[in-house]
Amino acid sequence: MKVALFIPCYVDQFYPHVGVATLELLEKLGVNVSYPEKQTCCGQPMANSGFEHLTDACCDHFIENFSGYDYIVSPSGSCVLHIKDHLHSVPREQEATQIRGKVLELTEFLVDILKVKHIKSRFNHKVGLHQSCHGQRGLKLSQMSELISLPFSKPEALLQMVSGLELISLDRKDECCGFGGTFCVGEEAVSVKMGKDRIADHLQYGAEFITGNDMSCLMHLEGILRRQKSSTQVIHIAEILNTSS
Amino acid sequence: MTTATGNKSHAATTSDHADLAGKFNKDEPRVDWHDQTLWFIRKKRDKAAWQIPEWEELREAASQIKNNVLSNLRSYLLEFERNAQQNGITVHWAADAEEHNRIVYDILEKAGIDKVVKSKSMLTEECHLNEYLAAKGVEVIDTDLGERIVQLAGEPPSHIVLPCIHWKKEEIGQLFSEHLGTPEGNSDPQFLTAAARIHLRQHFMSSRLAITGVNFAVAETGEFVVCTNEGNADLGVQLADIHIACMGIEKIIPKRKHLGVFLRLLARSATGQPITTYSSHFRRPRKGQTMHIVLVDNGRSERLGSADFRNALKCIRCGACMNTCPVYRRSGGHSYHYAIAGPIGAILAPGLDMKKHADLPFASTLCGSCSHVCPVKIDIHDQLYRWRQVLTQNGHVGFLKTTSMKGMSAVLSSHNLYQFAGSAGRWLLKHLPFLINNRFNAWYKQREMPRSPGKSFGEWYRANRKHGDE
Repeated sequence: MKVALFIPCYVDQFYPHVGVATLELLEKLGVNVSYPEKQTCCGQPMANSGFEHLTDACCDHFIENFSGYDYIVSPSGSCVLHIKDHLHSVPREQEATQIRGKVLELTEFLVDILKVKHIKSRFNHKVGLHQSCHGQRGLKLSQMSELISLPFSKPEALLQMVSGLELISLDRKDECCGFGGTFCVGEEAVSVKMGKDRIADHLQYGAEFITGNDMSCLMHLEGILRRQKSSTQVIHIAEILNTSS
Repeated sequence: MTTATGNKSHAATTSDHADLAGKFNKDEPRVDWHDQTLWFIRKKRDKAAWQIPEWEELREAASQIKNNVLSNLRSYLLEFERNAQQNGITVHWAADAEEHNRIVYDILEKAGIDKVVKSKSMLTEECHLNEYLAAKGVEVIDTDLGERIVQLAGEPPSHIVLPCIHWKKEEIGQLFSEHLGTPEGNSDPQFLTAAARIHLRQHFMSSRLAITGVNFAVAETGEFVVCTNEGNADLGVQLADIHIACMGIEKIIPKRKHLGVFLRLLARSATGQPITTYSSHFRRPRKGQTMHIVLVDNGRSERLGSADFRNALKCIRCGACMNTCPVYRRSGGHSYHYAIAGPIGAILAPGLDMKKHADLPFASTLCGSCSHVCPVKIDIHDQLYRWRQVLTQNGHVGFLKTTSMKGMSAVLSSHNLYQFAGSAGRWLLKHLPFLINNRFNAWYKQREMPRSPGKSFGEWYRANRKHGDE
């Protein structure tokens, strides 16, 4: 099984340790992982702002880097969803179609493909799980509260395997954090208010860490937590799963 | 279609929702109250929906019935017209808001009437009927309590189902003491409701003409159904000589039995009630009464021809997408500056006036909650995404954004440029943070910037792993 690691641009630049944790975790689980070194970005920042027509070069660049793998795995539900929904290329549409079917978010790769049942990691903390919307509602990593349907959650199932970890419950288990790409600056007031409310929900149940599978949401929440001088920290789910027991 | 031109006035347009939402957020406790009030209704909806084991099948059935209606709209409308006429109803067709308003006024003028009672109708809000009639010297009394409250206050509704959800009872007490003469300082809901009841009764008794909206019009029978909780539609209609029902052409359903799907979904989705208190069926005028129906297009046919946006016409105006929307709850209905607020308004409004409403599709994080709470499965958040593309392509997004996006596109499609920009950015953040952490940076206003890690993942990988495939 040939697996390519797709590290979103902002993770590459600002949260390299999340990339390292993802790589190490996959290696520990015996996966043969390659990192196509010339990769850049999925193109979502432009597309979500209404500039999908400017993403052609970005799409071709992505295809150039990620063609020919069995799976493409990424520690970001949002970027994976964007590739799944919007990766197209006039000259290379066949490859684009293949990639759209092979790109997976980290937790769904662990649960659905590797069928991980045990993880040797320990994290002795109270942790709140932030269900990022694109992963949850877009990739269906967990059941959403809008649907009248049985609950499930792939990230939660993995966190339950971690020794010592206490997963807190929340009043609003799948409310958006307000990051939303350029929304976070274009609609600064609402974005920050949404983030503050999300944090308050986690803090009222004593979260020492807020985790999730999208560093973009966590970056936004971290920005607010640090401004509030809170002792609560954000941590990507890959970092928790990669801790040693 | 033209490409983005960077017109300055367009740039100003696109910040409208953000500006208004910013003002709304100056009073944080009020935002909390607004958010919690609407979330409470969302939870009531969840509870009601969970009591129906076949809820998701119901949504699917409703969606398919509406799809069928949209694909055969012409024949259903003609069937409805035929049957309604046989029932003794006069049917009018209005191509746009202006024609709709004129038709209504002509009926009034012919009958020599200068006062009407009107139950809730989002269509008449969309057409600005109240303003039109007021300019002609006609007094319009909105009889839905919430609508009457905002009407007294001189405001448009902030929510399609709960028009005055942004008002606190103390403020309503104050408003009533000014307009209805209730004792100052009395904000007891029961007392205020009784005062409104007395006030509205006088108008019901003295109005010869009643206007209602239409929730569902049944093609096979020529009847229509109006759902209210207050019975105000019935009271108005039963006491008036003339009944005018105004409806958008998409309100048609093929058969009466389909009401069994929609009536179960509507109130549960809207407020968490199993059904509205009144589901009033109007089929033919009673003796001595005249009944009119105005079928309004106002952009709907054009939308029907657009594959990307047509299924917004499935909307049954339940408001569930507003109650669930984390942005609506924290920005208030008026920040959408359109008769229909929230996610559904944000995909309907640009269809009517792209320039005026270019900001609305950007007033969303694309979280997708709206599409999944929607009882007729409108792909609202996908349409928001598609509207963004259309608005940009038509030059309704500002110069600054267009330029920065072009730059971003160049950087992100070249590894060398990307690496350079990344290192430069991280270097600045580490060594000259004041260039980034300042008042021109909207992120920094209430949030810290991420810490600069020094090395990117790519750099770490080259230094620590030799078995990459590059």
